[in-house]
Amino acid sequence: MIEGFVALYIFMLAAFTGYEVISRVPVILHTPLMSGSNFVHGIVLVGAMVALGQADTTLSQVIGFIGVVLAAGNAVGGYVATERMLDMFKSRKGDQK
Amino acid sequence: MSNTTTLEQALSQHKSSLQQLEQVAASYTPKETMVAPSALMPVIEVFYFAAAILFILGLKRMSSPVTARGGIVWAGIGMVLATLITFLHPHTGNYLLITVAIALGSVIAWVSAKRVAMTDMPQMIALYNGMGGGAAAAIAAVELFKGSSHGATAQALAVVGGLIGCVSFSGSGVAFAKLQGWMNKAFTFPKQQWLNLALFVITLIVGGAVIFKGAAAGLTLVTVFFVLALVFGILMTLPIGGADMPVVISLFNALTGLAVAFEGFVLNNAAMIIAGTVVGASGTLLTQLMAKAMNRPISNVLFKSFGKASGEASEEITGSMKEMSANDVASMLSISSQVVIVPGYGMAVAQAQHKVWELTKLLNERDIEVKFAIHPVAGRMPGHMNVLLAEAGVPYDIIFDLDEINEEFPQADVVLVIGANDVVNPAARTDKNSPIYGMPILNVDKAKNVVVIKRGQGTGFSGVENLLFYAENTHMLYGSGQAVVAELIQSVKSM
Repeated sequence: MIEGFVALYIFMLAAFTGYEVISRVPVILHTPLMSGSNFVHGIVLVGAMVALGQADTTLSQVIGFIGVVLAAGNAVGGYVATERMLDMFKSRKGDQK
Repeated sequence: MSNTTTLEQALSQHKSSLQQLEQVAASYTPKETMVAPSALMPVIEVFYFAAAILFILGLKRMSSPVTARGGIVWAGIGMVLATLITFLHPHTGNYLLITVAIALGSVIAWVSAKRVAMTDMPQMIALYNGMGGGAAAAIAAVELFKGSSHGATAQALAVVGGLIGCVSFSGSGVAFAKLQGWMNKAFTFPKQQWLNLALFVITLIVGGAVIFKGAAAGLTLVTVFFVLALVFGILMTLPIGGADMPVVISLFNALTGLAVAFEGFVLNNAAMIIAGTVVGASGTLLTQLMAKAMNRPISNVLFKSFGKASGEASEEITGSMKEMSANDVASMLSISSQVVIVPGYGMAVAQAQHKVWELTKLLNERDIEVKFAIHPVAGRMPGHMNVLLAEAGVPYDIIFDLDEINEEFPQADVVLVIGANDVVNPAARTDKNSPIYGMPILNVDKAKNVVVIKRGQGTGFSGVENLLFYAENTHMLYGSGQAVVAELIQSVKSM
């Protein structure tokens, strides 16, 4: 277990990082960025895999299975949606694509 | 003879002590499976560490249009690394189930994300976000149903993460249904906020009981807790109107991040903690930015239905709407030198963005400068309109947001408003009784000429009368966006 204050430090530093990374984003990227950060919390897939991997009763296997399906949907859907949107952004000079 | 008996006795003694030892060994199970030593654990940690770095760098790159495309790829690589290495996690079984579940979820999401139209993107984001929240809740459920002792802190984090995950899951489901048009109205009834508050308190109490009882919390109590949390998510989102949905989706996005972080603490998974917290923080900031753009404090969005408080005694409307033909508008356009186009969601619904870009190119050929002005809440989400314009091929460097363009309206010869309404309503500046009073708007009315392209007379999404339509310098051009702009293109070409 990542104990007490160390956990708190990780939490705090990650929170500031998240805030800073986003703070100067132009409005035009808000939707793709929301979709992108939506993709990033798809990392929940890793936790769902561990939970299902250690499930030993039928009930926990069922819940774990649903969890992994949902998490995989979050990750893959978030990625594809973000990529499709960002793919379309181009500047005047970069018209040739 | 006696020798053999003592030997046999000694042997049987040894046998029984061996059996005892075996029994002890069999009954021994490590208390904390997570800390069980494994040679692979450091390798896994290295991969998670790399994934966390890639996520942060990816998000950083996504905050500039030049590098954004690469940013999502970086984050994607991080995700693949983290997922693959997790198969090597110690004490893991059910490989077949895991693989099937990943394949199932991936295929469904892949197909739906590839097929969805850009106008429907906001509800899909809500949906994928809700899935993440559901997954976090599922992790909490598995851990809590296990009933093994985690320690009070971990138990509490699992409960809080589960609560947030459930709310995000069922709430996002409602948000999806509303944006998809399955549920048109804000669902309100008297004393609703009190019911929600009571439900929330009860959920907290049950959650507290689960924490307090620790490993002894039974199946029933934990189940009741999750059901309450899911119901609360639904009831909380029901009264919120469609116009406020972007803020809500953004909020749920941040909440899912937090839930993931909390479950990361429970599972002792640094990648989940970092990625979840980063999203929680950035999502909160994004939510604030959106709420600010709409001039609606987040508490208002959550607890007050839009436009309830006012609606009476609005400012007297003077003047009348003046119609203009496409031909006249075209000639006005062709003699001007600066044109600003203000697109709204109506333009996207009419699929007129391609025609608008065609018109823009045509005017550019005649040395007429064309800029696009986008209100932060144009479309269904901040930045949604930019995506829709990008889809039509409009380069992002001629698109400007509110702060950048508002000073330039007085110099503009013609402002073309297509399918936008509330975001150009000067009542937001002048009429204290208007429900949209105080919302930052595009100061279109300061331009020399304004042409509003609109399907017909009538109010917009919020149901508020638009003073701009009655202004001296405004002319109305009625018709469906796509047809009207096509007509304009023809007329300009013939001049």
